[in-house]
Amino acid sequence: MTLQSRTYPNLYKDSVTLMTVSAQIMAIPGIAAASVAMASASNVENLGLAGLGCFAVRPNDLIVALDGTEAACAEALIRADSLLKASASAAPDASAPEPLRSLSMAVACAPAANLALISVPGDYAAAEAMKALRLGMDVMIFSDNVPVAAERALKEFAEMKGLMVMGPDCGTAIVNGVSLGFANVVRRGAVGVVGASGTGMQELTVRIHQHGAGISQALGTGGHDLSEAIGGISMLQGLDALADDPATEVIVLVSKPPSAAVADRVLGRARGCAKPVVVIFLGADPAAVTGGNLYGAATLAAAADRAVALLNGTDVAVPAVRDMAVMTRTLNPTQRHVRGVFCGGTFCFEAQLVLAAAGHRGQSNAPVEGNALPNDIAQSTGNSFLDMGDDAFTQGRPHPMIDPSLRNARIRTEAADPGAAVVLFDVVLGYGASADPVSGLLSAIAEAKGRGSNAIFIGHVCGTDADPQDRVAIVQALEHAGVLVAGSNAEAAAWSAAILTAQMGDGA
Amino acid sequence: MKALFSQPLHVVNAGLRGFADNITSAGGTVTNLDWQPPAGADAALGWQLANLLRDPRIEEANRTAYARYLAAQPRLFDVILARDAMPGLGGGQRRILHSGPPIAWADMCGPQQGAIAGAIVYEGWADTIEAAEALAASDAVAFDPCHHHSAVGPMAGIISPSMPVWVVEDGETGKYAFSNLNEGLGKVLRFGANSPEVIDRLRWLSGEFFAVMQAAVRGLEDRNLKPLMAQALHMGDEVHNRNAAASCLMFKRLVLSLGRLELDRAMVNRALAFVAANDHFFLNISMAASKVMMDAAHGEPHSSLVTVMARNGVNFGIRLSGTGEMWFQAPANPVNGLYFPGYSIADAAADLGDSAITETAGLGGFAMAASPAIVQFVGGTPADAVANSRRMLNITLGANPAFTLPALNFGGTPAGIDARAVLDTGILPVINTGIAHRKAGVGQIGAGITTAPLECFAGAVAALAGTLEAAP
Repeated sequence: MTLQSRTYPNLYKDSVTLMTVSAQIMAIPGIAAASVAMASASNVENLGLAGLGCFAVRPNDLIVALDGTEAACAEALIRADSLLKASASAAPDASAPEPLRSLSMAVACAPAANLALISVPGDYAAAEAMKALRLGMDVMIFSDNVPVAAERALKEFAEMKGLMVMGPDCGTAIVNGVSLGFANVVRRGAVGVVGASGTGMQELTVRIHQHGAGISQALGTGGHDLSEAIGGISMLQGLDALADDPATEVIVLVSKPPSAAVADRVLGRARGCAKPVVVIFLGADPAAVTGGNLYGAATLAAAADRAVALLNGTDVAVPAVRDMAVMTRTLNPTQRHVRGVFCGGTFCFEAQLVLAAAGHRGQSNAPVEGNALPNDIAQSTGNSFLDMGDDAFTQGRPHPMIDPSLRNARIRTEAADPGAAVVLFDVVLGYGASADPVSGLLSAIAEAKGRGSNAIFIGHVCGTDADPQDRVAIVQALEHAGVLVAGSNAEAAAWSAAILTAQMGDGA
Repeated sequence: MKALFSQPLHVVNAGLRGFADNITSAGGTVTNLDWQPPAGADAALGWQLANLLRDPRIEEANRTAYARYLAAQPRLFDVILARDAMPGLGGGQRRILHSGPPIAWADMCGPQQGAIAGAIVYEGWADTIEAAEALAASDAVAFDPCHHHSAVGPMAGIISPSMPVWVVEDGETGKYAFSNLNEGLGKVLRFGANSPEVIDRLRWLSGEFFAVMQAAVRGLEDRNLKPLMAQALHMGDEVHNRNAAASCLMFKRLVLSLGRLELDRAMVNRALAFVAANDHFFLNISMAASKVMMDAAHGEPHSSLVTVMARNGVNFGIRLSGTGEMWFQAPANPVNGLYFPGYSIADAAADLGDSAITETAGLGGFAMAASPAIVQFVGGTPADAVANSRRMLNITLGANPAFTLPALNFGGTPAGIDARAVLDTGILPVINTGIAHRKAGVGQIGAGITTAPLECFAGAVAALAGTLEAAP
């Protein structure tokens, strides 16, 4: 084994390209470890920690670092070189238009541009957002790892200019019927959403669509907006914008519970709104949402149901509660735990809340109040709820919504545990999500069953019939594989809780 | 956000390309950026830069400075001995001017040291080159950048008190700019040569030739340089590295003037033969004209307009209109060019000379579309020349209507480099340049195209941000 590397000065590639090239050279037999990365301070540190060598920090340089046999390294360097060049330098055609290097250049050639979607590395995202605002555009920042001070500066500047900053760390939005980032295809309609949670907004908008209603606008705020430091600037702006929007008749606000002061400010503003406002602060008591036209909800599904009911003036039809106790006949008395493995952070959070409300506590890498952090995220014990989109699982890897392979492997592991009664998971469809989100999942389930697992698989598919993936076929395939497919994340969690409760009754 | 609800969504996508497809298929419009980390991937500087975009103080200052640049009317006013025209070189002072940002004798490149030693012998301050070098190494001779004295010089850029200088006047501001005379090609002082034949030619230039030129210039009917330069652009010059047409046009004016004078025929013929033999004769006048246009724009507080780009063979330096006398320097970028037979990049000195003042004024590399012949130096095509000019429009405040480019449908040359745009786009100002041998006196060994280093613009923008923070 030998360490080899090559540095390309001033060759910038985005992280997706880098990971793609890394993956292709990792696949070369004889390569033990490989990394293709920009030589940023954190990447250089990681390369050192990974034993791939010491490199100078030069953020504009690209490093190919390899550990493997001589022959494999030589092949990998050639492969990496051709992959990097193929996308890079197709000799500049003098007659081709100049590549647009800056937002200013983009606006110069497209003066009608009115929204900047920013998904550059976090170190640079705030600057791009500030430029977009200064050029008069609203902004969605998909990037995360933006410092709080910069977020605050951006949002204050935007407020002054009458513009809105969605994000940082805003994964989902639907503006004028156009999906931005990770979003589902839903019809346009009269429900407006402002949310600090990406998958929470996806679940809401999907269910509103499934009830036959539609979305006027779905505005993301990013996960930090309702913190004390930011004070909910974007959520308040979004609320005001929807309050004034003639196409919006009902408003839904969704977030994890904000600090008391920010919650007061948001609820106060919502109370002054002439339109009904459904509020879901996941984990907070819905009964605390009172006054004016406010309606509290405990789950995302309940919030969507309420919003459509307010719009239609009649309650929506909700399927009868399914008896789960019968499902437990095939389980052994020792199978007493739920193992949740989620792509969507909000789904992980909401499932914990639903199970906790039924008395089932557990561990999670993103725990709700009352649940604990696991000692080892690689090894589940008891009830466990894993957010596979958490940084701990996504270092140097795509999010599980894009590439669910790590999540599928974990489902296989959890199903093999003799203590597991339920393996609970989500499948997220829509733009941005994997084009084929289930074939790997189906093989993982088949493999687990082949090895003798009799755990009950409960899943929920967050998606609409209009999404690019075929929702109907996916649900059918899951059911065919023996998965109980719930209508919502909350329902899937409730089913899991019912099974645990039944199993505990058996054992008592 | 409210306004957006009633407009067709048009997204600028900076980052992951996949998001664009979603937007397009949902009926939105997308403009994709070919994004690269701005500001040399320095995130802190990038944030500073972002906060300067559309800053009203900078925009206002740039409008003012750019308007003064456009309004400048360079006129060939005179040719006169440096000591009689330039306060810094008069009164018996032992001072020699050089190209580029400030540099100490010990740090200078070979050609610049060679040229200074030659100038010391020419001035008679030392008898031999060895003695001249010893004198230069002592504190007995002062060295200053040409740019500190409203002057510019190509390559080594040497101006000493007894040399004749072109005097170009701006009719609008009344300012003057100076440049030395062009000695032709081969063994010449500006490439560091200092042999007796070089010194002899300098003496002839400040003697017989000077007398003829001064009479001719003083008798000129048309002193305006802008129309002459504009015409030269239509004749295949970019008036930096190609001056064949402009030199001819100036030659016509000089002949007409000399025809009205009663001078010694042999003297006049020798002078005209010298001018006719030198296709770069006009370069130094083009540079002085560019200098006076940029000096008109200089000194507007808060302006991010670049008013100087110059190289001393070690460092590249720039100045901004809004940061006064400060220089922002970085090691010069290599020259991408063709070498004369027998020479290679190993023989080349680093980028050298004040001639990038032409690019600063929207000429040279910025006007390359006018001069397809120039791109041959880098194996390029006429289409490349046009692309170079077009690319520069992305980093300039505008296009100069006085200098039009037929290949760009008679659009103006890109002019008025905005340091912010350079730092934001990473598009570097393109410069057409000659290549000097690293050893003094060998001369020109090639020509090609180079760029101004990004680090200069990084330093300049950081300093500009500092002046804005300090401002009330």
